[in-house]
Parts: sequence; structure tokens; C-alpha cells
Amino acid sequence: MSSVTLKNIVKRFGSFTAVHQTDLEIPEGAFVTLLGPSGCGKTTNLRMIAGLLDPTEGEILIGGKRVNDVPIHKRNLGIVFQNYALFPHKTVADNIAFGLKYRDVPKDQIAGKVQDALDLVQLPDVGSRYPKELSGGQQQRIALARAIVIEPDVLLLDEPLSALDANLREDMRVELKRIQDQIGVTTLFVTHDQSEALAMSDQIVVMSAGRVEQVGAPEEVYNNPASEFVANFLGASNVIDAECRAKNAEGAQLDTPLFGKVTLPAEKSVRLSGAGPAKLVLRAEKLQVMEEGAAPEGLITAPATIETVDYQGQTVRYFVRVGDAQLQALNMIDERPFEKGSAATVGFRPQDGSALAPA
Amino acid sequence: MSVEARERRQPWILLSPALTAITLLLFIPLVFIAVYSFWLRTATGADQVGFFLDNWQEALTDRFYRDILLYTLKIAAITTILCAVMGYPAAYFIARSKGNKAILLLLLMLPFWISYIIRTMSWINILGVSGALNTFLLWIGIIDEPLQMLYNQATVVLGLIHFLLPFMVLNVFVSLDGIDETLEDAANSLGATRWQAFLQVTLPLSLPGLAAGGLLCFVLGAGTYITPLVLGGPSDAMFANLVFEAIITQLNWPLGSALSLMLLVVLGLLVMVYNRYLGMAQLMKGLG
Repeated sequence: MSSVTLKNIVKRFGSFTAVHQTDLEIPEGAFVTLLGPSGCGKTTNLRMIAGLLDPTEGEILIGGKRVNDVPIHKRNLGIVFQNYALFPHKTVADNIAFGLKYRDVPKDQIAGKVQDALDLVQLPDVGSRYPKELSGGQQQRIALARAIVIEPDVLLLDEPLSALDANLREDMRVELKRIQDQIGVTTLFVTHDQSEALAMSDQIVVMSAGRVEQVGAPEEVYNNPASEFVANFLGASNVIDAECRAKNAEGAQLDTPLFGKVTLPAEKSVRLSGAGPAKLVLRAEKLQVMEEGAAPEGLITAPATIETVDYQGQTVRYFVRVGDAQLQALNMIDERPFEKGSAATVGFRPQDGSALAPA
Repeated sequence: MSVEARERRQPWILLSPALTAITLLLFIPLVFIAVYSFWLRTATGADQVGFFLDNWQEALTDRFYRDILLYTLKIAAITTILCAVMGYPAAYFIARSKGNKAILLLLLMLPFWISYIIRTMSWINILGVSGALNTFLLWIGIIDEPLQMLYNQATVVLGLIHFLLPFMVLNVFVSLDGIDETLEDAANSLGATRWQAFLQVTLPLSLPGLAAGGLLCFVLGAGTYITPLVLGGPSDAMFANLVFEAIITQLNWPLGSALSLMLLVVLGLLVMVYNRYLGMAQLMKGLG
């Protein structure tokens, strides 16, 4: 088990820069997720750590040791690939034993370790089968077993759940986290799925266009996004123009054309440096749609017209017109949603907003 | 007509052009050949219709035919092994090359645009007494008189490799191209060096292609008569040359028919044994 450090990493393919100047620290034993849309450089980073790509500039350290020149087969990493990459001509047991043969594991212990790994992923009886005879979710587990049986210093997961269907994906998410907790291996997880990232990570690294947008705990990244990109990539957010009037230790006073004065607490206005133009970020699920004229205590409200209703049973997604802007609201509902075209009031608690300095 | 009935008929409708061609152009002529092989050529040169086993007796007991048959199989085997050794790395290179795969494949096909006979004869211009190689060696002064390089077993094998190598490369390429490259990455990440990963993963997965290419090279090589005719000496005749000799030169169709059927049966048996013991079916099972 080791920490992973990226120092000033740059990766260029010809004239295209896939990863701009990146610094990253993955602490020992942590579960860190690289989150971003396709082409944001997250997989490139993973492949550089794996040794499948050479960084153009910068250093990669695993356990404090520079590994730029260490070939992949000497890095002692467990990698789970998106398509599992199980060896089709070998049985499940031989797949798992593959990495053990290149380590000084005595022959008589290999079978035992393979069985332990199969037990860990809860597929104790499939050792003699071929990968093609297993379902996608089972293949995924075998790929994981093969990666962890070698007791890697770091576990690298390259979108391992994306090939599974939705229900299975959620099960595997829980399963993967359980196994990681159990063996405690430093894990780097790459995904474009925000719910996977939020559910599993100790830390999320949000990437966009080859740059790190934000690094933080899931709650931090979710509740206090560092940029408009992060706000919109993790769920839906409303980004509203605002003007910061004043900022002090208690918080910041914002003036918004849509909602008037909004006072944000200090921890939600850290990205503002003082008075000046700003953006107010309001998550769709924090914007409450209410009866016309409602004015509950503690909520900042504005009149609105409901333009689109996207009913999803337990929740409903509204697109509402407030002033000259269209805002999104994602609300839990009991019975019937508001009707399309009806007048309503939207409101939010000031502590649920957060502020961004304009880009 | 019900949907099921239509679906049952469809394969036959789709297969009918090919089946017609195979029946008319391959199967019926083969039956003729089989019938011919029991006729007898008389001293007058006319064929006597009937059921005689003389041709078969001659073909199966004369040591001359047996020796040439074994020699033919030996040459085909040598050629196949050399094609595999030379073709595999080339196929690997093409399969792993990024953007220019199509151009490389086109280059591989290019020789097929020229007649096989012309390609075979081109070696005379290269290796002949006044060929390119001798002229060059004389010119730089390494030799004083032209070397006799043509018309031996080595040039026959050379000509066969020239003819068969593309078949091997294509077959191996197709199977290599279908192998997921992340399998090698996975093997590397588990501690295998690139060479070990190749031996453990890529090579076994490409065996079906290698086997198919090998079979094709062997059968085509064993059945050829052009190459030994053009590039071989008097003692380099292969089995198909005997058939050619019997039918074209001696006009002895009954004997030629028996000989060609004999080659067909031997190659057919070899193919069956090959499939049985190289465990292709087992390998395919693993690949699903």
C-alpha cells in the first residue's frame, strides 16, 4: 500500500495537450476518484500512473519513489480495465493466478490465494469456468479479484462499472467499496458518473479539458463547487448572476436581479475575494417550488411560472421562469406535481447557495 | 407461407448459387475423375472403359510415387514452417500499427494483382546466370563467374514462400487484429514482461489464425506444380507435377486421375488429423 503523487504532470499527444500541468496527491489507503466527462484527461492520468503512457513532463511517485522509468510490470499495481480484459483462453482460476506466477509465491500457496480472492468477491465456485461463461457482473468481480490477489501497492480502476447495467452497477458500487474497505488498498477510480464518485470516494478530483477543476471530499465538491463546470457536472445547478456588495467574516451580501438580497454564510462564500461581480450557484434540488404567494420563514423567494414538468414519480423536475431566466428545480413530491403553465413561488435557504467569482 | 417455413427455406435460397457452382464445377468433375481412375489406357492410346484397378495398384505400390509424395509433403511442411516464422512478426507488426493498417494490407495484397506464374518466373531474372544478383556480384568482384543458384530444392521453397507468405500473414493478421490490446496491458500490469505477455496471452489467442494460415500454406504448397516446374531442377518434381505429366504429357487420364485422387485423399486425411489433434475446437470454446 502506497501513496501516489503527481508532480507537474503534462501529457501531450503531438500538438494536443491531454493533461495540463497537474499536481495530485493520493494519500495512502485513500479512495480517490477522477471524475469528468470523456476526453477530460482522467484516463490519461490513470494510464500514466499505470505505466501505460509516459508523461511528457513531470514526475510520478508511488510510495515516495519516482516511477517514471519503472516499466509497468515492475510497478506492482492492480488494474481493472473498463472491458475487464480477462484472458479468454484461461479459466477463471488461471486468470487470477496469472499475476502470482510472476511473484515469489510458492506454487502450493497459489491455489489457496486464488480461492481467497474468489471468496472475497463472493464467487467461490467459478474457478474452473471460462470468463465467457460468466455474466458481465461476474466477470467484473473476477477482474477485481485478479487485480487484488497480487496485493498491489495501488489499485487503479478505469471506469470498471460503465459496462454494467444500471441495477448491477449500483450493487457493484457497494461491493467495490466494501472490498476496498476490507483490504484498505490505495485506490484510484476513474469515472464519468457523478453518483459513483459521490458514493464511493474519500476524495473527488473533478477534471475538465485536461485540468483539475476541484479536489475535495464528496460533500465539499457537491455543496461548494469551485467552478460553474463542477456545479453543473455534479447534478444540475442554477448559476445566477449576482453582485457582491460586501464580504466579511460572517459571510457575503449578494445582490441578485432574480431574488434580491442574499446573505451567504462564510463557508459558502470562500471563493469571493470581496465586493464585485459574482455568481450564485443554487442546486436544482435546493430550489423549492411552492404555492403561489407562499413565504415560509427563512426562505428567499421569488414569483415564478412553471414551464415544463418532468414527472418521475418520487421526484419531479420543474423548469420554471423567474424573471428573464429559466431555473431548474428538482423536488420530492407527495401527490401531484404543479401543473404546467401555473403560477408558483420558488424559494431557497441562503445557506444552500454558494458563490463563485466570475471566470 | 408461415414465417418459420420461410426462415427454414432462407439458408437454402442464399446458399443455392454457391451450391450450384460447387456442384457443377467441383463435385461433378470430381466424380468424372473418380470414374476415369478406374478406366484403363491401352497400348494403342485409347481409353478402355470399365472397372480396372491397375492404375490404383500402380499408384499405391510403385515406390517412385510414394517417395515423391513424401518429398512433396516434406517441401510443403518446410515451406509452411518458414512462412509461419516469417509471416507471424509481419502480421503482428501490421495488426499493431496505428493509422496505416489499410496501406500495409494493400501492400500485402499487391502481389495478387500479378499472375502467380509471372511472379514465379521473376526469380529467373533475379537468380539466373545472367540475373540481377549474379550481375551485381560479378560487378563488385566477389565472384569471377556466375553462380548456379536456380533449379534446386532451395529455389522451389523460395518460390513457394513467395507465393504463400501473404496467405499466412493475412490469416495471422485477422486473428491478431481481433485480440483486445488491453489483454497485453493487463498481463503487463500483473507482472509479465512484454515477451511473457506475448507468450502467455497473444500467442495462444492467435493460434487459430496461425493454424488456419499453416493449413492453407501446406495444402496449397503440397498441391502446386508451377513452382517446381519453373524453379526446380529435374529431381525437384512434386506430386502435382506427376499428375501434370500423366495427363498433359502422356495423355494418360486414367493414371493421372488416380494420382490426383490419391493426393486429394492424403491431404484430406492430414486436414482431419490436424483438426483433431491441434484441438481447434477446444481453443474456440475458450474464445466463445
